[in-house]
Amino acid sequence: MLRFVLYRLVATVLVLFAISVLTFLIFFATPGVDPAARIAGRNADQQTLRAVRHDFGLDKPLPVRYAIMMKKLFITRDLTSYVNRGARVVPQVTAAAPVTLSLVFGAAVIWVLVSIVMGVVAGVFHGRPIDTVVMIVGLIGISMPVFWLGEVVNLVTQSRLHGTFLFSWVPPLGYVPFTQSPVAWFKSLILPWITLAILYIGIYARVLRSSIVDAQEEEYVRTARAKGLTERRVLVRHSLRMSLIAFVTLFGLDFGALVGGAALLTEVVFGLHGVGWLTYNSLQNLDLPVILAAVIYAAFFVVIVNAIVDLLYAWLDPRVRIA
Amino acid sequence: MSGAVVGEVPVPGTGNLATVAASPWQVARRRLLRNRTAMVMLSVLLLIVLACLLAPVYAHHVAHTNPFRSNLNGTTVVNGKRVPIMKQSTQGLGLGVTPIGPTWDIRHYFLGADEQGRDVAARLLYGGRNSLLIGAAAAAITCLFGTIIGVISGFFGGFTDGVLSRAMDVVWAFPVYLLAISLSTMLISGGFALGPIHITSSSLLLPIFIIGLVYIPYVARPIRGEVISLRRREFVEAAIGLGASNWRLLWSEVLPNIITTTIVFFPLMLAIAMLTEAALSFLSIGVQEPNASWGTIILDGQDLLYTRPTVALAPGIAIAITVLTLNVLGDAIRDALDPRAKLRSTK
Repeated sequence: MLRFVLYRLVATVLVLFAISVLTFLIFFATPGVDPAARIAGRNADQQTLRAVRHDFGLDKPLPVRYAIMMKKLFITRDLTSYVNRGARVVPQVTAAAPVTLSLVFGAAVIWVLVSIVMGVVAGVFHGRPIDTVVMIVGLIGISMPVFWLGEVVNLVTQSRLHGTFLFSWVPPLGYVPFTQSPVAWFKSLILPWITLAILYIGIYARVLRSSIVDAQEEEYVRTARAKGLTERRVLVRHSLRMSLIAFVTLFGLDFGALVGGAALLTEVVFGLHGVGWLTYNSLQNLDLPVILAAVIYAAFFVVIVNAIVDLLYAWLDPRVRIA
Repeated sequence: MSGAVVGEVPVPGTGNLATVAASPWQVARRRLLRNRTAMVMLSVLLLIVLACLLAPVYAHHVAHTNPFRSNLNGTTVVNGKRVPIMKQSTQGLGLGVTPIGPTWDIRHYFLGADEQGRDVAARLLYGGRNSLLIGAAAAAITCLFGTIIGVISGFFGGFTDGVLSRAMDVVWAFPVYLLAISLSTMLISGGFALGPIHITSSSLLLPIFIIGLVYIPYVARPIRGEVISLRRREFVEAAIGLGASNWRLLWSEVLPNIITTTIVFFPLMLAIAMLTEAALSFLSIGVQEPNASWGTIILDGQDLLYTRPTVALAPGIAIAITVLTLNVLGDAIRDALDPRAKLRSTK
């Protein structure tokens, strides 16, 4: 286990390094693009351009520029915006992080719980109508753009049916910190959570369903039945337990996609001022330092979470450590 | 479904008694044609593609609008009466204007107008062209380069594989949208220039290449795995034993066995590419104004969501239906080419 942990840690550090280099190359060495002009924002004057070139060491060789970028991002954390003059960028990202984390973890809880229930039901009744319903829900879920689904949800709950008893409790768009009021926090996030979860519920239910169906044929399930265990005990303690392994692997992969993609779009639609909204806002006036910081921090977060999921997984399932 | 029906075809001119085995392609095509859900989905998809291709016909000969020019002072006809496209607001201070809503009259602003008074129905069709074009071209790039990289990496192994696989690992670990956002941010306002290649910032080639590139590992990794296991199969070893060159091994042993995987990936990558295009355009770093795509129209409709919801709803429905047909078709093509996969998933 120790060897696996060390190996995984070294691999993670290498991936983090490679991602930072790739981001650096995209932002500072894209052919045909003058990074100074981009960082300074639209219609910058000569003086600002000179300041940017000096600040980021743009006249120095690439490795030095890389070092300067990393220093500004992680060590001195004094990367500043030129569009919003002097605004420190890194504190903006860290201040926005709790919003994104609240959104992502809440959505993950809903999607895991609901899809386990749906998957088990579909697996037990496979071939029946309920099974077909799960398949169709899954397909529709992955076929809708999440930001559009969010807009539809807003249209219904904020405008069209807001006057009715169904949605009169829905607060205006925006985020309320948990520390300020847990109830308001929950109310402000429940619809975004459901919107995000709908994307994944169907897929996860399908994966779980097919692995439960497969497990029914396995020898350990037959053994459990032969011992005279009840069907329910066989399902919960034997088939479901084994099937959850595939579920966890998939979860690790999609969690990253969620943080770096769907959550970003959901924040924009629901006006939650998280890292995604920050990125969107900076894209509107091409405030490059903010985008750079948001991308790197989010990517690092995803890689580190993936590494943690991998370690947990190895701890749960000893076979992984050997492979 | 019995093998005799699917796997054999009558030989023309020899009567119905003699049969020869059908090629795997014929078998797959026949399985696909027999899948009724897939055929319905294919018809829907073809209808959408056809409608989008006919966008200029609709704009010039039916609706008589220019969907790329703002038309704030124009008028149109509703119930035989001439009305302005932008209506002065009667609520609050009376400031601001509201574009006309859907008329449900195919000749006059069928789906209403956007904030610049442009015909949403015509923009929807033109936007569909761009969304489909970007999706198809990006998926083609992903499948082509994914296959090439996967095959080279799996076939040659060693150092080549090491370099390619590590590069794929990094792109894989980088959340796709963040990678696409970084690339788009740098390219979308100034374009791309490398030696003789120059792409302007409004060119559709930018979103095509950005979306095509970021998904390459999703195709390359599974193909590499498949090539590695193919290399150990008896027929490849037999060909090596017969003295076949690497080129010949690749071309006549490996590639024919890999190409089905690439084909199965194509509709699924097309679906993903279209969703990504919509997301990037929604973030204003995809297709650029005045050009339209389904993503940009949803963005246009965001500010009109509560007053004129059709502007945002229509393109979203178009995306959802198109992507749904592609996902169902993708599953059907996989089942047709590899029936064992179907057995595994519906056992």
